[in-house]
Amino acid sequence: MDGAWLLVAAWAAALAPVSASARQSSTAALAPVSASARQSSTAARASALASARQSSAAAPPVLRWGGDAEGGAPFVEADPRDPTTMRGFDVEIAEMIARGLGRTPRFVQVAWAQIEASVERGDFDIGLSGVEDRPELRGRHSATIPYYEFRELLAVRPADSARFRSLGDLAGRRVGTLGSTLAYRLLLAEQARSGLVPVSYDDDVHPYADLVAGRLDAVLLDDIISQRSLRRLGGFIIQPVPVATSYYVGVLARADSALRDSVDRILLDRMRDGSLERTFRRWNVWSETQRAHIARMLAAPGAAPPEPRATGPATLGAYLPALLRAALITLAISCLAMALAVVLGVAIAAGRVYGGPVTRTVLMWYVEVMRGTPVLLQLFVIYYGLSAFVRLPAFAAAVVGLGLNYAAYEAEIYRGALQAVPRSQLEAARTLGLAEWQILRFVRGPLAFRFALAPMTNDFVALLKDSSLVSVITVVELTKQTAIYATNVGSWAVPGLLCAIVYLAMSLPLARMARGLERRWHAP
Amino acid sequence: MTATMSVRGLRVDRAGRDVIRGVDLDVAPGEVCVLMGESGAGKTTILRVVAALEPFSAGVVSVGAATLRPGPVPPQSRLGPLRAKVGMVFQTHALFEHLSAEANVTLAPIHVHKWPADRASARAAELLELLGVAHRAHALPRELSGGEAQRVAIARALATDPAVLLMDEPTASLDSARREALAVTVRSLAGARRGVLIATHDAEFARACADRVVRLEHGVIVNGSASA
Repeated sequence: MDGAWLLVAAWAAALAPVSASARQSSTAALAPVSASARQSSTAARASALASARQSSAAAPPVLRWGGDAEGGAPFVEADPRDPTTMRGFDVEIAEMIARGLGRTPRFVQVAWAQIEASVERGDFDIGLSGVEDRPELRGRHSATIPYYEFRELLAVRPADSARFRSLGDLAGRRVGTLGSTLAYRLLLAEQARSGLVPVSYDDDVHPYADLVAGRLDAVLLDDIISQRSLRRLGGFIIQPVPVATSYYVGVLARADSALRDSVDRILLDRMRDGSLERTFRRWNVWSETQRAHIARMLAAPGAAPPEPRATGPATLGAYLPALLRAALITLAISCLAMALAVVLGVAIAAGRVYGGPVTRTVLMWYVEVMRGTPVLLQLFVIYYGLSAFVRLPAFAAAVVGLGLNYAAYEAEIYRGALQAVPRSQLEAARTLGLAEWQILRFVRGPLAFRFALAPMTNDFVALLKDSSLVSVITVVELTKQTAIYATNVGSWAVPGLLCAIVYLAMSLPLARMARGLERRWHAP
Repeated sequence: MTATMSVRGLRVDRAGRDVIRGVDLDVAPGEVCVLMGESGAGKTTILRVVAALEPFSAGVVSVGAATLRPGPVPPQSRLGPLRAKVGMVFQTHALFEHLSAEANVTLAPIHVHKWPADRASARAAELLELLGVAHRAHALPRELSGGEAQRVAIARALATDPAVLLMDEPTASLDSARREALAVTVRSLAGARRGVLIATHDAEFARACADRVVRLEHGVIVNGSASA
């Protein structure tokens, strides 16, 4: 029976194209290297597959592994000597796994928060980039055994080291972390308990910079990131008692459990032969904690993986209040930013139409610079770049950033609209003796507003959506909240649909109101 | 009689071409003076120069104590005395499209002459009544007929009681019955202190309302005297 199966498998593998799809790669996963009794038959299959491939294909099959190089060392980073290659302990673990499977590793860049969704849709075979273990992940995907134990550590300013020792000490205080992480879910749970204020970041550098600058009272992230930031930045201390403990795992598509089993066996082998320890030592992340973790894993290789602490809501009902709150934030930011953009836009347009040569030149450059550079960059500069001079709260920085950017677009709309007002209307106003500012206030402005209404409505709808960019400066608005929700439930289907409905619910009434006004005014 | 409006030696050139070549023209109080001529003769240009909407290259324009000199049109802030004395009705009416008939009339009294709103409204009601469009006081310009719009435009120009009323091609959009009615109205507008200067190529209308007809050809007056 086994022999017949082997023949079929070898034949199928020989016919399989070298550029294997996700499904094919899980078939090829039947190729581990192991010494255990249970693994011996698999080894036989592996050698059959390997020989079949060697005879039919020149290049070894590929193991596509996904990671986020933006996470940097020691996880995954572009090699400074050759930025086209990656290095880091996750890179080395991917190489170990690929070698064990008889494949060639190929790195696929993916945003950290999207690793699970990407692996499930077949973008790569395994995700390895400090992926945190949690029950929902195991429920939705195939997760490997934990290969690294990490601790969530609290970082505070030295002056606060005595009073902020745990999350319980931080009621009402702002605590930063990476969005969509275990740490963020811990903060959300603590928010419900004590009123702590979680602040979500898209990167792990700015939370510590903001802590040192006084914008945050604490940062909660894992020990690897905390220690790395302490070395790079300094200016804070790390509390020794961990807030929580969890594990890094590899994540595979739910259907790829066979490949996962092979990967688990390879990881255990590498734990056993000390390769994993050497890798962790090389990257300076080895500790007695890891020694104990590996000992536990080797002592009971078949045991169920340790359960990380389950935190955070996962159902639609539980997320709805957070989504609605985020929608209100989106609406508030959009309305305030638009108000600022309209006021500034009117002033800029008036300056460009009525001002002297110097005023016109200065305003023209303002418009060109604000339109010609990404709003994302402007938000960074306002929130982080200017923090040495003006330390704006994130919400205010979001409103100011979007408002200043959109003012440039509004100014151009209003300038065009002002110039579209018929000359006869202006001349009639002049013959009546109105001053130029009165003509603008009572005649030209109101008439121009009618021309500008449609493009303004367009811009406000665009602003509603662009407001999602402010999550880069820690504001959790609708899209960010949806992304957090989607990461936790492991799907974009329901959260995405819900998010789209809320955006439409905000933009459609506005468009309808604008159409009503246009009808009433009969804008020519 | 002392002229309400006086133009002496007026020359206007556009792109190196003389469009008005030495025009002398007076309008006396109570007089309706009609400038006749073909299209392009320079009738509208003279009205626009007097209303300080166009520059001129030589000559002097006086309306009461307000005087315009050759050169660019002075800034609006320096034209207050002239604006107070000259009202203008445009060929296209140029009513402010977003304001009602009444608001078109009260705009200058309230914001330029700082009249209280009720005084401005009373004046608007009086003028709209006089011109027969009181029932259209709350209508927007796009809701008015051509004749109604023109009457509202006349009311707007008269609101602050100017010494000179300029009318550019006032019959352009009117049928014959309305032209006759307008001629009667225009006659009634030229009072003891106000002169009216009309640019038109409508000879019948000119005969019906003019005290004096001045014929203009290629920027030069070819018949009629400079003053009554």
